[in-house]
Amino acid sequence: MITLAFCYWVAGIMFAIFAIITAFDSSNAKRWTSAMFWALLATSFLAGDYLGDLGNGLLVLGLLGIAGTGQLGKGAQPGASEADKRAQAAMRGNRIFLPALIIPAAALIGTLAFKHWPTIADPKQATLIALAFGVLIALAACFAWLRPGHATPFRDGHRLMEQVGWAAILPQMLASLGAVFAAAGVGQAVGAVIGDAIPHGSLLGAVIVYGLGMALFTIVMGNAFAAFPVMAGAIGVPILIHQQGGDPAVIAAIGMLAGFCGTLMTPMAANFNLVPAALLELKDRYGVIRMQIGTAVPMLIVNIAFIYWFGFR
Amino acid sequence: MLVLIGIVIIVAGFVLRFNPLLVIAASALATGLAAGMSPVEILSAFGKAFNDSRYVSIIWIVLPVIALLERFGLQERARALVATMRGATVGRLLIGYMLLRQLTAALGLVSIAGPAQTVRPLVAPMAQAAAPPEASEEARAMAAATDNIGLFFGEDMFLAIGSILLMKGLLEGYGIMLEPLQLSVWAIPSAIAAFLIHGLRLIFFDRRLRRMVSASSAGPVEASE
Repeated sequence: MITLAFCYWVAGIMFAIFAIITAFDSSNAKRWTSAMFWALLATSFLAGDYLGDLGNGLLVLGLLGIAGTGQLGKGAQPGASEADKRAQAAMRGNRIFLPALIIPAAALIGTLAFKHWPTIADPKQATLIALAFGVLIALAACFAWLRPGHATPFRDGHRLMEQVGWAAILPQMLASLGAVFAAAGVGQAVGAVIGDAIPHGSLLGAVIVYGLGMALFTIVMGNAFAAFPVMAGAIGVPILIHQQGGDPAVIAAIGMLAGFCGTLMTPMAANFNLVPAALLELKDRYGVIRMQIGTAVPMLIVNIAFIYWFGFR
Repeated sequence: MLVLIGIVIIVAGFVLRFNPLLVIAASALATGLAAGMSPVEILSAFGKAFNDSRYVSIIWIVLPVIALLERFGLQERARALVATMRGATVGRLLIGYMLLRQLTAALGLVSIAGPAQTVRPLVAPMAQAAAPPEASEEARAMAAATDNIGLFFGEDMFLAIGSILLMKGLLEGYGIMLEPLQLSVWAIPSAIAAFLIHGLRLIFFDRRLRRMVSASSAGPVEASE
């Protein structure tokens, strides 16, 4: 059966190629430490399961030591020129969209197929496995149709990866911090603080603390999944459901969405907020968050109102 | 209570704009020490979690394909396509994209779009092409923001998404039995509200861009470029 390990192999090989390209890139003043960074990441994907917990911890220290001290540099090799790209675009017309659509199409078809035939691939990871297949199929199609040099997709992809830089591992680092927080009991400590903040006897007050608490705790943790167990345990279940007799489905479902409003406002949710800013080469690292606040704040108010209206009909 | 020191470090670190990687490391160390863990235990816990969450970073495998297609003019083509659409504005484009993103996410298709898959190669260049040059940065940021908003307020309408399963499992622990469908239907009112609120903001965004254009060009805008 195909599992997530297959995706890790694909990613590991790609990062290994990036490491080799970096090592040979004399235009990068920090090429050795930079190559080491991508090589460590490749090691994590290819051999992480054999390193042991402490081994993986040391690997993370290595990544931190390079990226945290500014030793992750980028090369200055020029990519394709604008004029060149325009000429290529004029030549092929809208057919250039087709290979780009292979990836989502394969993700869609693969997800449905793997769910239907669960013996082929792990149905829990169907989408990611299908996505990896989509990438390989699209790459093969591009080689057959566009006939680039063998290394060209990897050189171009490497340039884009360098643009993202250390932000590439930020989401994974934050997920790991969440695990340390969980082990240290941060959730319970926050729950205790918030539990003291609830005004007694006021239903509206309790709903507001619950909704705001979901958003605020999500802003701190970067993830509504981490906030939900804490807020449900501190307010949602004991006060809103048991004491006030609210509808559990509404309190859980819309409470989670109040948390999502927090996700839109925090740099801690790096994969949604900081990585796109890096990928789009925005000058302001917080540019995407700035655009989201205007929707997130009214949506938070709306969600709190919905919990109050629909939860206690 | 002492374990909350990690949260203080995170907030201070992000506000002061230190390198986030170092802030995370400092926060993990302080939190672990406050909870009575040894440095080796903290490092092991962090390493294990890092290894377990590698799936978060798999998305980077799309970069070689996307970058190659950009070499062959993908972004230019996306811009040219917008130029041929009569009446295309940033707002209208992004409202259409948001609707598509919400509907596909509601069917569980969360990974078919995203910052690397669709926003950078297609949506951002289209938005940029429909915006005046001085607003291109904002238009691109708005494209990424719209992608997130469409995803967040679409995905919970799907039965088997992670957050629905988390809620179901957690409530079961308190003796409350719910079917995923009972939870996912309550995502619908917020999905509609998000479409209306963000849609309205996009319409206002268009108006602001129009004022920008008429302010910067004292005279009719040249159609050819």
